[in-house]
Amino acid sequence: MSKYLIDKFLFTVDRDPDLVERYREDPRGTVDWWETERANSILGCHSGEASTWLRFEDTEREALASHDYVRLFELGAHPFLTLTLFIAMFERDYDEPLAFQKEYGMRLQHFSLPYPDIAT
Amino acid sequence: MAELVAVIASTHHPFYYRASTAPPEERPPFADAWVAKIAAFRETLTRANPDVLVMVGSDHFHQLWLDNMPQFLVGKAPFYDANFYNEEREFGLPRMLLRGQEDLSAHVLREGLDAGFDLAFSNELRIDHSVTCPIITLRPKADLPIVPIYTNIFAPPLPRPKRFVDLGRTIRQLVESWPSDKRVAVIGTGHLSLELGGPRQFGPHGPDPEFDRKAVEWIASGDIEGCLSEVTLDSLWEPGNATHGFMDFMLMMGVAGEGAKADYVDTLDLFHTMEAYFTWYPNGVTA
Repeated sequence: MSKYLIDKFLFTVDRDPDLVERYREDPRGTVDWWETERANSILGCHSGEASTWLRFEDTEREALASHDYVRLFELGAHPFLTLTLFIAMFERDYDEPLAFQKEYGMRLQHFSLPYPDIAT
Repeated sequence: MAELVAVIASTHHPFYYRASTAPPEERPPFADAWVAKIAAFRETLTRANPDVLVMVGSDHFHQLWLDNMPQFLVGKAPFYDANFYNEEREFGLPRMLLRGQEDLSAHVLREGLDAGFDLAFSNELRIDHSVTCPIITLRPKADLPIVPIYTNIFAPPLPRPKRFVDLGRTIRQLVESWPSDKRVAVIGTGHLSLELGGPRQFGPHGPDPEFDRKAVEWIASGDIEGCLSEVTLDSLWEPGNATHGFMDFMLMMGVAGEGAKADYVDTLDLFHTMEAYFTWYPNGVTA
């Protein structure tokens, strides 16, 4: 389990306008690039220091590469991060205000308490 | 010593700015009632005539991240830039710049550490909508210096609810022991029941109206013991997956004090959350 890395992907993509668009248009390519080039960057170090051990598990990589926010919820990705990024990518495709957010909730209806653990 | 002139607890709804500033044809149907309630709430701060605002909120994974996550953090800087790209994108929030009250930040840090809270600090903090929403609602001129205090209600493991109450009590003591003649208001924002990114999000009202009713009663009556007897880290998942933000309300109950009835209480039932507004005047207020 690398919930932390899923969250790190969602966090770093959501906060970069170019990456938001890139992930919307080419999810699999963006995930592969990010895992190779960015996954190990230590965000709190300004001089490019990096870790050596971070990688996605196959199910995690696939959930991100297929824009599968239901699976991300199941895997324990932080729901605020997932929601925020997916609103940024897909709200624009819906005509009614909050239509995407409501559909998002509906697609999660089969989950009941307790929800998947989000602790990292 | 400084005087604590107002204690204010509120929800922080990032949609308010856009709802209240959009041209008439784009305003949602609930905007006018919301604006009227905010105007009345704003007056409760204005009447207290504060010089300095201590602002309690929670960073939503903007500057604070999981590689180095503080539980409680105090800003100590002469200025605070505010709002982030993704808040501009999703909520239309404006970029802002607020002055800092650095000597009060230093006092809170020094005395807070000595009082048993290992407070983290930041000398370069960009604050997010948990602090700017109440600036927009309560002090839109954004003309008063602030001391931001961030709590972790977001990234488990979290401090327990009692720790929030205890920090609130301590913040009050620290404000009242600040060697200054300034008039200080403490303003904190959180949530009632709330679900974000889960199956109960964006429903016709908040995910748990019964929790909201009890929460408003606890806060309005200052029933800290009753609240602590029912609210735990585990129980807060039940009303909604983002309801741990209620612990910032509990912190503010600690500032106001056990049994302190709020002088002003108002609520607004919106489509996916209940808004709630509370003001206490610890030393009364001139009419």
